[in-house]
Amino acid sequence: MSEKKQIPEVDIVVDHEAGVIREVKPEHLRSKSGHEKRINGSIYAVLILISIIWLAPFVFLVFQSFRSYATESGAMVAYLLPKQWSLDNYVWLLTDPSSKFLRWYGNTLIVAIFCAVLQTFMVLSVSYTLSRLRFRGRKLIMNVVLVLGMFPGFLTMITLYFLLKQLGLTQSGAVPGMILIYVASSGMGYYISKGFFDTIPKSLDESARIDGATRLQVFRMIIMPLAKPIVIYTVLMAFMAPWGDYVFASYIAFGSEPNYNVAVGLYQWVNVADYQGFFTRFCAGGVLVAMPITALFLALQKYYVEGVTGGAVKG
Amino acid sequence: MTDLEYFKLSKPEKMLRSVGGFFARLPKGIWNGIKKLGLFIAAIVKGIGTNLADLVTTFKNGDWKTRLSYLIMGFGSCARGQWGRGILFFLFQTVFNMYMFFPNAQFSGCYYLGKLSTLGTIETYKEGRRTVYGDNSFFILLYGVLTLFFIAAFIYTWRMNIKQNRISEQLLKNGHKLKTTKDDVASLMDEQFHKTMLALPTLGVTIFTILPILFMILVAFTNFDATHQPPSKLFTWVGWDNFNQLLSTDTASYGDTFRHVLLWTLIWAFFATFLNYFLGMLVAIMINKKGIKLKKMWRTILVMTIAIPQFVSLLYVSKMFAADGLINTYLMKWGWISSPLPFWTDPTWARVTIIVINVWIGIPYLMLIATGILMNIPADLYESARIDGANAFQMYKKITLPYMLFVTGPYLLTSFTGNINNFNVIFLLSQGKPLSLQLSGNAGHTDLLITWLYKMTVNDTNYKLAAVMGILVFVVTAVINLIVYNMIPSVKNEEDFQ
Repeated sequence: MSEKKQIPEVDIVVDHEAGVIREVKPEHLRSKSGHEKRINGSIYAVLILISIIWLAPFVFLVFQSFRSYATESGAMVAYLLPKQWSLDNYVWLLTDPSSKFLRWYGNTLIVAIFCAVLQTFMVLSVSYTLSRLRFRGRKLIMNVVLVLGMFPGFLTMITLYFLLKQLGLTQSGAVPGMILIYVASSGMGYYISKGFFDTIPKSLDESARIDGATRLQVFRMIIMPLAKPIVIYTVLMAFMAPWGDYVFASYIAFGSEPNYNVAVGLYQWVNVADYQGFFTRFCAGGVLVAMPITALFLALQKYYVEGVTGGAVKG
Repeated sequence: MTDLEYFKLSKPEKMLRSVGGFFARLPKGIWNGIKKLGLFIAAIVKGIGTNLADLVTTFKNGDWKTRLSYLIMGFGSCARGQWGRGILFFLFQTVFNMYMFFPNAQFSGCYYLGKLSTLGTIETYKEGRRTVYGDNSFFILLYGVLTLFFIAAFIYTWRMNIKQNRISEQLLKNGHKLKTTKDDVASLMDEQFHKTMLALPTLGVTIFTILPILFMILVAFTNFDATHQPPSKLFTWVGWDNFNQLLSTDTASYGDTFRHVLLWTLIWAFFATFLNYFLGMLVAIMINKKGIKLKKMWRTILVMTIAIPQFVSLLYVSKMFAADGLINTYLMKWGWISSPLPFWTDPTWARVTIIVINVWIGIPYLMLIATGILMNIPADLYESARIDGANAFQMYKKITLPYMLFVTGPYLLTSFTGNINNFNVIFLLSQGKPLSLQLSGNAGHTDLLITWLYKMTVNDTNYKLAAVMGILVFVVTAVINLIVYNMIPSVKNEEDFQ
């Protein structure tokens, strides 16, 4: 073992003329240091450039959100740094009676919290069952879900809209309607957590079963404590998704402004003609939405990376 | 051809072989599919036969409790002391009967079922100022499908109820004890645990995914659009007309637009998948290179585009590229250009801009995935390659890339189909614009099938074409999946990972 490690570090060369044995650096380590430095230097250059490109839009967004609404324009302007820094936009968003921003924020937060709890429950029960239990029809269920997943999600929306309308869960009832829609079919997104459960050794279940535990007990007392990373991943995903959803939210809450979520509300400020002066307010709203979500995400980044990489490898 | 001979082939030859092999296998595959379908139908017919025979013999040999269960579900179970099961059976039958033969005929299952073949005949009309509502085609179709679901469930449950009677009778005859309700509940936590766990998700998926999809598949064969909107108007079956309208080469139809949009959808999915894949891998390799410091910081900076909700980042960036946006105004201020660059107004510019911005969104995912995989590549592979005198590019080509491709094959596939349905990026960036007079149905040059579907639904309420389009998206996705799954050598064996 130790021999193997030494090989790349020193080469032993027999110098016949001098009649001695010399230790020299092997070729791949020799003379590289200058070359290596140049490569690393250019990599740093590229990474810095990438970082600028990646961060610039967000920095611009923050700059523009602080532009004074009263003394400058609220629309898009031809300069980046505000001439006068102010909190006009934030104050308007949070206090003005005609601003529905807080309402939208609340709507989205409620949906996100409910989704985080219920969706996690659905996803975990499906993925656990399909991963650990063997029963008739298991393969069939997986194939059906695979085929259903190939239909565009929006296709079902038309029917669901009318179904929800029957139950009074559109427009003014859009918030519970959205929760219902997001949660009901969420069991279909079981792949990543199933991949995780697949990696927990089966012998754990078996030994517990031999000791007389029921399957429910195995799930609650053996598997769940081990599944903390995937639970956090699922909660994080379920919580973040409603903040970015535009399609379903705009369709369900169609035309009923107090029941929009943040995405739908802010979208119209940017893309509807009557709201020309709302650009900086959109920026401020975007900052307020992005800040807590980003903080949460960065704090739990580790779990996200685990989930994503595991999921990609296992398909 | 032996494995050894196969390894000796060059890359293009291997590719050709796998593609060629797919098409060579295709006829046989189709034939096998047909054969399987035939066997499946035969199995169903046989199953019905044995079930019917079993029903007759059970009735003949059964006692009076069993026989009465044919009429009153759950009677036998109750009579033998299995109250829990019996009451559930009975409740189900009661609900079913109430639904099917609801006293108010307007809302019963039978009513909807009877109208399903015409989707309603009585038009809504006005009597003076009062509107007299006739049939509602939408509800007839929806509840018609639901009723069919319900009937199938009822037949299944009824059959189960009779089977249970037979089994119980036999157990009693052999001197065994029957399971009590308490035992049943306990078994739901143990042997039957999968039923407990899957009950709610299955219910949710059935009502909120399967039912709507079936409904929309049926809508594709009706004339449900803006001029046939219930409750004031009826719609009815029209056969394959809608498919003709979307696929025919006739200039008056949507055929040309459809092909245009489909082509762009595939081009987009290709670039969005592979450009992100290779660039993401490159960035990952750079960050993970030995001697590069602050690895965590670079990663965190990139991950920002995942963390920040897309509607904030994409909407903002889309405005940055607008004619009066930051980029154009600054370029003009510096005198580099005299008129704004047509980022969103020229079809080709818009398409390239979208693909480039998508790199900004997409690289971080790939960077994360690639980082995880790169760390798993055994380091001694590189070491021995280095001793053999390989340079960085050769090592990448011979070690990194094959390893990555092998491991992420399934991911590439899901990512490709995901991009076909990537609504957010297109809609938040360009809304499918620029629009064009050459394209019908409000489609723009950057519209994907999925955003076009959205426009048809929301702007035009053209549900019938939206439904057809949904089906076609499914067909495209399914075909790509089938082909690629046949080409990927590593058809994953599920149990291998355990």
